[in-house]
Amino acid sequence: MSSGIVKRPDTSVDFAGIKSPNPFWLASAPPTNCGEQIMRAFDAGWGGAVWKTIGAQVTNVSSRYSSIDWNGQRMMGLNNIELISDRPIEVNLREITEVKKRYPKHAVIASLMVESTREAWHTVVQQAEDAGADGLELNFGCPHGMSERGMGAAVGQVPEYAEMITAWVKERARTPVIVKLTPNISDIRVVARAAKHGGADALSAINTINSITGIDLDTFTPRPYVGGKSSHGGYCGPVVKPIALNMVQQVMSDPDAVLPMSGIGGIANWKDAVEFILLGSGTVQVCTAAMHYGYRIVEDMIDGLQNWMTEKKFNTIEDFRGLSLEKVTDWKHLDLNYKVVARIDESKCIGCDLCYTACWDGAHQCIHLDRVSGPVDGHVEVHRKPAEVEAMSRERITVTPIPKLDPPPEAGGPYVTPLARIPRVDETECVGCNLCSLVCPVEDCITMVEVNTGLPPQSWEQRTSSSPESVAEKS
Amino acid sequence: MASQTIFEEHPEIAKLFPDLHPPLTRQAAVIESDRCLNCFDAPCTSACPTHIDVPRFIKKIASGNLQGSALSILDANVLAASCSRVCPVEVLCEGACVMHRYNKQPIEIARLQRHAMDTFHAKGGSLPMKSDIERPGKIACLGAGPASLAAAAELRQQGYQVTVFDKRPLPGGLNTYGVAEYKLPTSSSLREIQLIADLGVEFRFGIEIADEAALAELEREFDVIFLGVGLGAMQKLVVPGGDHPAVVDALKFIEEYKLGLKTKVVGDVVVVGAGNTAIDAACAAKRLGANSVRILYRRTEEHISAFDFEYEHARHEGVSFDWLTQPVAVHSFDDGLSSIECVAMEIGADGSVKQVTGSSFHIKCDLVIPAIGQSPLLEFLSKFRDLKMDKGCIVVDRATGQTTDPKYFAGGDCVNGGREVVDAVADGKRSGVAIAELLEGAHV
Repeated sequence: MSSGIVKRPDTSVDFAGIKSPNPFWLASAPPTNCGEQIMRAFDAGWGGAVWKTIGAQVTNVSSRYSSIDWNGQRMMGLNNIELISDRPIEVNLREITEVKKRYPKHAVIASLMVESTREAWHTVVQQAEDAGADGLELNFGCPHGMSERGMGAAVGQVPEYAEMITAWVKERARTPVIVKLTPNISDIRVVARAAKHGGADALSAINTINSITGIDLDTFTPRPYVGGKSSHGGYCGPVVKPIALNMVQQVMSDPDAVLPMSGIGGIANWKDAVEFILLGSGTVQVCTAAMHYGYRIVEDMIDGLQNWMTEKKFNTIEDFRGLSLEKVTDWKHLDLNYKVVARIDESKCIGCDLCYTACWDGAHQCIHLDRVSGPVDGHVEVHRKPAEVEAMSRERITVTPIPKLDPPPEAGGPYVTPLARIPRVDETECVGCNLCSLVCPVEDCITMVEVNTGLPPQSWEQRTSSSPESVAEKS
Repeated sequence: MASQTIFEEHPEIAKLFPDLHPPLTRQAAVIESDRCLNCFDAPCTSACPTHIDVPRFIKKIASGNLQGSALSILDANVLAASCSRVCPVEVLCEGACVMHRYNKQPIEIARLQRHAMDTFHAKGGSLPMKSDIERPGKIACLGAGPASLAAAAELRQQGYQVTVFDKRPLPGGLNTYGVAEYKLPTSSSLREIQLIADLGVEFRFGIEIADEAALAELEREFDVIFLGVGLGAMQKLVVPGGDHPAVVDALKFIEEYKLGLKTKVVGDVVVVGAGNTAIDAACAAKRLGANSVRILYRRTEEHISAFDFEYEHARHEGVSFDWLTQPVAVHSFDDGLSSIECVAMEIGADGSVKQVTGSSFHIKCDLVIPAIGQSPLLEFLSKFRDLKMDKGCIVVDRATGQTTDPKYFAGGDCVNGGREVVDAVADGKRSGVAIAELLEGAHV
């Protein structure tokens, strides 16, 4: 391009008729509590916001959140027992109008939850749309507090209720209706189908997962602590992403449930967002990451997404939306004759030997520390066991090396890591489980390499339907 | 430890010698522990002479099990608190950390170990017994330094009666008297040893085995004798004027300031020698107020026996180095020293050093601190007739510390010629285990 200005990919979306400059929406939660916050979020770059759920005004407790830290990382998972908006409904409605007036190109979705009567729903739908909301999200998912009052997950867990209320809403709604699904159900598709049957224009998933994050070992009270007691809450944050991705995939692959999907659950960066879009989501909603680091995180979400799209030559979100759906199949269709084995790059190995201990205790005993003694392939019996390896090290007498007195230690091999500490994979025994490559702290040190089995692809389904002896294996 | 002299930290010294490596806070310790990869058969553990199970104690810090962490450390090394402060970890555990090959800073093992030990001491922790029965064997440990203390603790924990003898009024040997205060304060050394005394180890201070009669008496009273006597006095600066009272050997100098007997140094100081003790003394002189501190060394930078990080530390503290410089005389006048006379040296093609003719020069100084090594205790050890010696060191079986006289075991500097505290502890611990096995066999 001679101008020198590179045209960036188009991130705008049309989600079931709701237009948004990018797919990044703030989920209905504390970051969307009021107009002032949402306007700051839009200034930061968010494409849309789902207003903190509007309904009959509630009183909240103190405290409200608890979290899971893991290995020094704060808030891998966040749990909350906060209810819907505790502000007067008319204040929320007035602010929706104000936000829409000042940010006409951004998506403002009203999240709604009222008592389960047709009148109540008709009223709140009318109010939200009159205020100027671009769409409605029906909160059938809140798993704590509201569900005890017959709302939230109490609706979302019963397909008939979900369908009925969706239908009530559709009787009155002029804007697109999104039904937000709860994961606290054995099969999320059942309620998704009910919502679709009730006339929903779109779905969003997942809401938070029932949880108790932990217990104070001095007071024996779970967190969050509320005057000597606690209550189960809703779990979200990076830890829930795999559960959310699976549920989104389930719904999007189900012809009776599929609708435009707003993906929710542990999205903290552009990569997470791309994954949800690859499984069919048209927009994504973010909460925990914004609560942790603030609205500013959206800048890299947009930038990273655009750079990735440029690299992959995608011009619009639709160009790649849903591309991964065909890559997910039932286990019975996987090729049983495809084989990979682990390969360790000696020049990258740092000698932590985590792959060794993981393979011995957590996998198939096919990684060995025998590069100095001489490699021997074969079953577990022919190898030194981890306890023997360790015992030998403990027997060794070690002294502090004194610069003048002691010769420098020998390199112990051609690599930076002494050969004795570089593990070896017995490829005849390796089942290709991936575990070693997952525990290895060094990027690209252990790779899983395809080996040719010489056999044609064959799935479990094919094997059990084609060969008589396989019937015995099946049982 | 009824007979122990009460030691009180001198406030002036405490102020001048704050911790070189400040302690970690609880949260910082957890963050650092979480960085540890938890290697299998960890190289840090192999590199430690006492084989402390490093990932084990670190992950116990991460899990909040501080008590378990400390006990797992103490199980391998009863002087773990002082080792966490004095060990040259750059060439031991931290030097072996795989993080070096991972383009990351090694895990701060020493500071984590100190965190576990400090917490243990603060909570009034005590060393566990490993046996619930009292065993009949009696063991004498000669010298109350790290080797003897490790042997004594192991044997006492197994139920044996142990008595530790030392000619000084305080236990700990060089741990108490000879380590730079910014690394290990005397009070910390004593606090750690108190736990060994609390096990029921008896200490007899101010006692020297002066003659063969005393030795015979000792052999009558005890079944096994462990020699942890260390090395002898520091070598003298054998030059004219080298016996002037303002020529003070490094260990004496360090001891005097640590005990609060010397809280100030005036004028210019010259340290002779470039080992780790020379550096401890030079840095101390600087902190105590010396106008200038110079280290004289007859060879060059690459030949010094100090660890690299000690050398760097000395430069950081403002100590300067004069290479290829050999003292030949100390000059004095009525009130004190005037100068140290030196000659320049040159290194020949064969590596030998010789004086450069006519190169004599004077360095003005008020205090000379020779730090040119300790001599072996040859005369003392000659009393033990059946001990085989080699180059001033007692010959032992490395795995057990047993000497050529089966009733005698030995470890630490008197065996290895002068290494680190952790080497002495490892020797003492191995001997403790071996002595227990010997006595167990004898009494079955």
